Amino acid sequence: MLELDHVSKDYVRGGLLSRQRIQAVDDVSFRLESGQPEIFAIIGESGSGKSTLASMILNLVQPSMGHLRFEGTDLAGIRSKAERLKFMAQVQPIFQNPFEAFNPLKQLDHYLFMTARRFTAAKDDAAAMRCADEALVKVGLSLAEVRGRFPHELSGGQLQRIAVARALIPSPKLIIADEPVSMVDASLRMSIVNLFKTLRDDLCISIIYITHDLATAYYISDRIIIMRRGKVVEEGDAKTVLDNPQHAYSKQLKDAVLIPHISSPVHATKGKISHV
Amino acid sequence: MNDSASAAPVLSVKGLKAYYRTTYFGVNREVKAVDGVDFEVQRNEIYGLAGESSSGKTTLIKTIAAALKPPLEIVAGRVDFSFAPNILRMKSDDLDSLRWRHLSYIVQGSMSVFNPVRRIRQAFVDFAFRHINKPRAEFDKLVDAHLARVKLEPSVLNAYPHELSGGMRQRVTIALATICRPDFIIADEPTTALDVIVQKNVLDMIREIQREIGSSVLLVTHDLGVHAHLADRLGIMYAGRIVEEAPTEDLFRNPLHPYTAHLVSSLPRIGDAAPRKGLEGSPPSLAAPPEGCRFHPRCPLAMARCRTEVPPLITVKPGHRAACFAITR
Repeated sequence: MLELDHVSKDYVRGGLLSRQRIQAVDDVSFRLESGQPEIFAIIGESGSGKSTLASMILNLVQPSMGHLRFEGTDLAGIRSKAERLKFMAQVQPIFQNPFEAFNPLKQLDHYLFMTARRFTAAKDDAAAMRCADEALVKVGLSLAEVRGRFPHELSGGQLQRIAVARALIPSPKLIIADEPVSMVDASLRMSIVNLFKTLRDDLCISIIYITHDLATAYYISDRIIIMRRGKVVEEGDAKTVLDNPQHAYSKQLKDAVLIPHISSPVHATKGKISHV
Repeated sequence: MNDSASAAPVLSVKGLKAYYRTTYFGVNREVKAVDGVDFEVQRNEIYGLAGESSSGKTTLIKTIAAALKPPLEIVAGRVDFSFAPNILRMKSDDLDSLRWRHLSYIVQGSMSVFNPVRRIRQAFVDFAFRHINKPRAEFDKLVDAHLARVKLEPSVLNAYPHELSGGMRQRVTIALATICRPDFIIADEPTTALDVIVQKNVLDMIREIQREIGSSVLLVTHDLGVHAHLADRLGIMYAGRIVEEAPTEDLFRNPLHPYTAHLVSSLPRIGDAAPRKGLEGSPPSLAAPPEGCRFHPRCPLAMARCRTEVPPLITVKPGHRAACFAITR
């Protein structure tokens, strides 16, 4: 479905005399296959190039070298508005801070209706509302709860759910989630993380999960890559890599994770996950 | 650290209630950000305070530091430091001489602490020079020696804040907060903006310095991993009240309050991919909190009594207090 072929991006900083090249992303390649939805985690600290990589996958930034292909089309070849809309309908973003992603002066349903009118066959308001409601039900909300509300009236967890619902409206094949839970409160964080699992299992959407949090990455992802200064230092099956990291930097990252030492999880829930 | 319970605590907070009160066009609005908080911090102890956003952590810190500005008002209770009894009644001149000398503060965003157009050396002079009664040359030597403690070269003193990396800047703020060897340090989310590897180094450094100068630290963060790494005792705040308090290890091994139990069990861990549940509902609005126990709308153990009565924070076993009728009946 998505193929990154030796992708690099460098930024130039400074003036004529003090010109510096910064390699934000340096020769990264990976593939996501269509037909097998998965959660693909990109792990790295700030400055590792993970957000630049996300912008390139969303076709917001052009690579300096290499090619990105989505369903066989080179992203650099997308020129016309129709082509761009078609691409955007299939690849949708979710951002880090839901309080910044939504305009505080606009009602939340506005975003849902806009997306529905632009990307789906909804021709009138009634159809757009139906689309929005369907998407909200998938994340455990309903239009009645969201209608006419402003961002400050809802908690971070609810807002992030609405952001996910908005991304679901065009029926995308791939969702790029850039640090989606770092701004969500601790008691609500796991329900958002579980929501991503449901998206993969029930709706067959692949998710690129960008984070610095190794513990949630271990919990939900199937494959991971660990990035450092633009380069991929380790990649593979998430559980294998994190249980037994090989590269020195991955080991260092794993050692730095602060986890309380408990003999056994006391109240760990077994069985089916409830997506609240 | 609890064996010194007989000794006088460095900080004692009793029945503290701090509300934000506003009146617009005859409409009174009251936000009960801190509503009946009791706790003590002993000498040479790191006390962790955990809570979600809008659980009243920041208001509590402001009240303890006596940094009150309208509409924040103290409604009831008192705050006593061993070096400043009843700090809420002190005059602002007395507070000025107290702050930084006895009571200092490690802030969250290290970029906004420093004046961007003044060098780090000048920041040290601005903050600490008048509290250390020594001539300037001696003061400079003291600063150099103190920076070595946080493993920084004296050359950073000539740098501007933007020239340092996030980790270095946070170490400078730690040096700045500890240079007067204060009795009490408030650390508000000291490592939230830092990368994982740097975060661990900075936390270890806070611990090292705290042990060396023997001050008490009130560590406020929402990140339970940070608490587990650093705090000796831990208090869990929910909607303006402390719902559980225990030595850190005890709290993680044997959480009593259903909210704490959920927080601890939902922490993802490397090497354990068992499914974890999120908690239903959202944190309550402090402008209109639920009656009785504020956790009852989300609580799996809620009883009829929880809807009307407020559960008191009761000592369940030595050093472990919890506020829940399901445990303490």
